[in-house]
Parts: sequence; C-alpha cells; structure tokens
Amino acid sequence: MRTLLHMLRKEFLQLRRDPRIVQLILIGPIAQLLLFGYAINMDVNTVPVVVCDMDHSIESHDLIARFSNSGYFPIVGYVDKLSDVDPYIDRSKASLALIIPENFGRDIKRNASVPLPVIVDGSESNSASVGLNYAGAIIAGYSQNILVQNFSRRGFGGLHPIQVIPEVRVWYNPELKSRNFLVPGILGTLLLQATVLLTALAIVKEKESGTMEQLIVTPIKPYQIIIGKLAPFFIIGAIDIVLAIAGTTIVLGIPVRGSIWLLGGLSLLFIMTTLGLGLFVSTVSQTQQQAMMTTIFFLIMPMNFLSGFIFPIENMPKIIQYVTYLLPLRYFFEIIRDVFLRGVGFDVLWPQALALFIFGVCILTLASLRFRKKLA
Amino acid sequence: MPDVAIEAKELTKRFGDFIAVDHISFSVNGGEIFGFLGANGSGKSTTIRMLCGLLQSSGGSATVAGFDINSQADSVKENIGYMSQKFSLYDDLTVTENIRFWGGIYGLSDEMIAKRQAWAIGIAGLEGREKSLPRELPGGFKQRLALACAMLHSPKVVFLDEPTGGVDPIMRRRFWDLIRQLAEEGTTVFVTTHYLDEAEYCNRIMLIHAGRMIAVGTPEQLKKEYIRTPVLEVETERIIEAMALLDEDDRVEETSVFGTFLHVSIAERYNAEKVIREVLGAHNISPSRIEPIVPSLEDVFIHLIDRQEAEQKR
Repeated sequence: MRTLLHMLRKEFLQLRRDPRIVQLILIGPIAQLLLFGYAINMDVNTVPVVVCDMDHSIESHDLIARFSNSGYFPIVGYVDKLSDVDPYIDRSKASLALIIPENFGRDIKRNASVPLPVIVDGSESNSASVGLNYAGAIIAGYSQNILVQNFSRRGFGGLHPIQVIPEVRVWYNPELKSRNFLVPGILGTLLLQATVLLTALAIVKEKESGTMEQLIVTPIKPYQIIIGKLAPFFIIGAIDIVLAIAGTTIVLGIPVRGSIWLLGGLSLLFIMTTLGLGLFVSTVSQTQQQAMMTTIFFLIMPMNFLSGFIFPIENMPKIIQYVTYLLPLRYFFEIIRDVFLRGVGFDVLWPQALALFIFGVCILTLASLRFRKKLA
Repeated sequence: MPDVAIEAKELTKRFGDFIAVDHISFSVNGGEIFGFLGANGSGKSTTIRMLCGLLQSSGGSATVAGFDINSQADSVKENIGYMSQKFSLYDDLTVTENIRFWGGIYGLSDEMIAKRQAWAIGIAGLEGREKSLPRELPGGFKQRLALACAMLHSPKVVFLDEPTGGVDPIMRRRFWDLIRQLAEEGTTVFVTTHYLDEAEYCNRIMLIHAGRMIAVGTPEQLKKEYIRTPVLEVETERIIEAMALLDEDDRVEETSVFGTFLHVSIAERYNAEKVIREVLGAHNISPSRIEPIVPSLEDVFIHLIDRQEAEQKR
C-alpha cells in the first residue's frame, strides 16, 4: 500500500510538472466545444439555385417566385441557354438548376402534363437530397395549385381535391438540429482522445526512457504500476466530463433532459474502457510515436466514424453493424443521446451500461495480463 | 552475506533458434568486483537481465544473494540494485524527489529515506543541488545519482550494465573510485563494460563471446595464463602488408593491429625481433620500431577470441 502511495505521488508530481497538462485538460474540451458548437453543421439551410427560363411566361415566373419566396432557394443567376447552366454547377455557385422548357406555360394551359428538368449537384450527396426534397415539395404544391385552378375554371369551383395532410411532430429535437446531437457527442470523442492517448503515452514514455526497466527490478508489483499509471488519467477524464457537460449546457445552451448524475456515472464507466484501451496500446507499442499512430488510426478514427456519431449505424452494411457492437463508444453515444435529448433513465440504458462494464472489465484484464507478461 | 553472492549453473537463454546465452556457469564471491566483458551482442546484457529477473531463463539455474532467480524472484529483487547505461532517473522529478520515490518503491520507512537521502546526495556529490532536475546535471553526476538511487535499500548485490557509457574519462575514474568504495563496504558489484582499461579495476573478470564463456580469472591470471609468448609492438608504414607477410610465416603465432601499430607474438624458441626483421626485410619493409611490450587485457581477449573462432571453424 505504501508502495502504491509512492507511485501515485510520483505520477501526480510528474503530471503537475508536465507543461502539456493545462493544454490537454482545457484546450481539448474548449476547442471541440467551439468546433462542434459553432463551426460544424450538417443541417442544410439554403440551396443556391440557377434558373434557366426558356419560356418567360406567366406560369414560369410564378414557379420561379415560389422557389425564391420559399427562403431555402436563393437564386444566384438567371440564364437563357441550357449550356450556360454548366459553369454555375461546375464552380459550385449553384447546387441546383431549375430548367423551364419552352412552351411550359402554353402546355399547362392546354392541360398537358409538362416535364420540368431539375439538375442537382450530387457531389455533396447530403445537400443534394435535402435540396431535391425541398424542390419536390415546391413543385408538387405548384402542380396542385394548377389542378385547383383547372377545376374552378371548368366550373367545379366548390370542389377541392381530397388531401391527406400529415401533422408531423418531432420529439426530442423539435428543430431537428444536428448540433443538438453533435455537441453532446463531444463528451465521447473527448474522453476517448484524452484518456486512451495520454495513458498509452505515459506508459510508453517510461519504457523509452528506461525507467520502466528500473521499476521492474524493484519489488513493486505490476498491479501497483498499473494503478499508479491509470489513476491520474481517470481524474483528468473526470475533469473533462465536468467541463464538457458544463460547456454544452451552460455555454451552448443544450440542456440535459435526463439526470446529470446518471450521465456522469456512465461517463466514468466509459473511462474505464478507454483506460483499458490505453494500457493495451502501451503493451503493443515500443515508442511514443507508435503509441500515437496506433491510437489514432486503429482506435480514434474507426470509433469516431463507426460509432454512430457522424454516420448513422443503420445505414452501414450489416457486417459493419455487427462490428460496431465491439466499440464501447457506440454504447456511450447512445447513452449521451438518450440522456441529453430523450431524458431517459437507467431503466432504459442498463443494457448499454452493462455492455460498457463488460467491455471495460475484459479490456482491463486483457491489457493487465499482457502488461505483466511483457514485464516478466 | 553468503560467501557466494552469485552462482550460475549452465544458465541458458534462447530466443527462438538463436542461443543468446549458451550454458554459462560461474560464481561471484561476496564483496567482489566482478567484471563481465564481451562485445555488443555477446550475451552480456541478456545474462545480467536474467540475473535481475528482467528476463526468464530458458535453461540452467542461478542464485543471487542466495535466492533462486526463477522461483524466488521477489526476494532477489529486494536484495539487488540495478543500473543500466540509460541512467534511469525521472527527468522531470528533482534530485530529492527521485531519491524519495525510489526509496519508497524499495519499501524504506520515512526515517530511513531521510537517512539514505543524505547518503545518496553525498555519494553523488550533489550537495546544494537537491532541487535540480537530472537533465540539468552533467552526465557524471547523473550517473552517480542513478547508482545511489539503485542502492538506497543497501542491496547485497549491485548490477551495473555498462555504467560508464558516454561519460568522460575523469568522471569514469571517479565512478570507479565509488564502485571500489562500495565493494570495500561489502557490496558485491557485477559490472559489464567494453572498456578494457576498466576491466583492470575488477577483482576478477569473465569474458563471453557469442553466448559462451571463454575465460574467467583475475586480470593477472588471464595475462599469464593465455599469453605465454612475448608480444612485440612493430611500427611501420606498410602495416597491412607486413601483417600478411608475418601471418604466412610458421614461426609467427599471432598478429593483430593496434591502432597504427602491429602486435606480433613469436614462438618462444626464436629470437622474436630477428624473425620479424628477417621476414619483413625480404620484402624491403624496414620497421621504424620494434619493442617488446607487456601484454594488455586487450591482447589477451583478441588472442582468446581468435582462438575460439578458429576452433569453431574446425
């Protein structure tokens, strides 16, 4: 026990003297909060449009007005020839081109169905599909209007086409803002980066400098080394939890609907898994550089992409979906989302908590065994 | 203190097919300075690492301070100190913080740590620099502090793995004074080096080559036992040519290049200087100097290693 206390005291002395420490504890959370809070936004608010009106009829002007009045489609240019559309799309000045063919107005008056070409820049598929949806809705509305006018012109004035009108209510995130999900997610990415990398680096650093070897020839037990090395990063992780939750709720105004204590407790459970991963990385790396590469390319990147933070897991191929069950971050994102946005409690989240717990115990055991074996 | 501080019997270490240490046996007496010599890759560090419990042996047995290295590793660790060429101190902890940490890890009480701290500062010559960080200290001080830290728990046996690598000659000398002082106080010192002048400070030395023990004894014994023929130092400008010519002559036992000189040993029944002048004179080489020298350990080792390599070829 005394040995462990000496080990812990040494670790905290070193941590206090490490010039990177403030940077690592503070800058990380602040930078990510700003990044995800203000800079990154996956919502599509506006879709710039170029209009090629070859008809110049009342009908074509009416349609264009519907687009420009919608608020989603700022019109960035009017052209007369189809070939003039290309430069707008090529140079990303417009993401959508509305092409109104000649005789558009005449054909409508003659009661003929009229094709209306719409070109969408598919290179940004997310914006493209959102833009198409908006455009489709506007055109459908326009089309319906023609129908109604037609009816009344033919003397069926009192008659209205029957419509089913959906009344959609969005739960949990009524404005459908991606920010409301992304910002709380920082808690996951932040803890992953801070704890895995720092733990692995701190251990490998001792290997590099030879002090690990010096430790092993003393009567200290491997478990005492492990606890001594992990404890400081557990505390750093806990500080980051507080900072990330405070930043998200107080600074960016995204409330926690569920219990903050549940969120904090489950975050600590998550740290257990990341500390285990850090310890594991240290047993497969000889140098700090290797540890860094291993952590970034084999842990942080795949986890960020595959855990449902940026890309929905349901959209992934089945086999990858199974892989995601092995990622602790996946469960933690579910926990974050559910506690922050849905406000649910432990009665709903216990499977995720259990998964984290099992993963944590397994990885810590495995890494400790490897660590001891490497020492022997 | 048992009379025998370290005893190895047929100690062996294999890494796959490669045999790093090949059945070596030796014993080191209590209070002795035992030098362990060999080239890089000869198995020196592997042996020392097995004795310290850093590596599991693959065969044979050994005891350190009376404890078996495999079955009583914990007791071994309590009774040894270890210092490698890397001077393993924490660069971001001050001198006293390092001492307190290592003392604590060795399980010393607070009073004991305070006592040993004064001792360690004295040994390392760091009075007044207690608050310095090791990286601010000159190499020699760092190295003595590392040794002091490895000896806070007054171990019976201390292992030094190339302790003087990269330290200037004056500091090396002072370091060896310290080692002798520790040995006089009863500590057994097991030290590896490839500086042959340092080997002369040892009570006994052992040479290993390619994992095998080649010779063991006091420096004087080794010189007497293995170099029976006189050695002459020859100075000439055409040194490589001269060596090739001498090697062809039956009367010449061995030649080796030492810096810009040639060391030649001639079978005892001949007049050595006459033979050399005769062989070289026939090819118009006239050495500017030929004189008998007292063989150094280096001569001994070159002789022994040549002999072993010749045997292995056969």
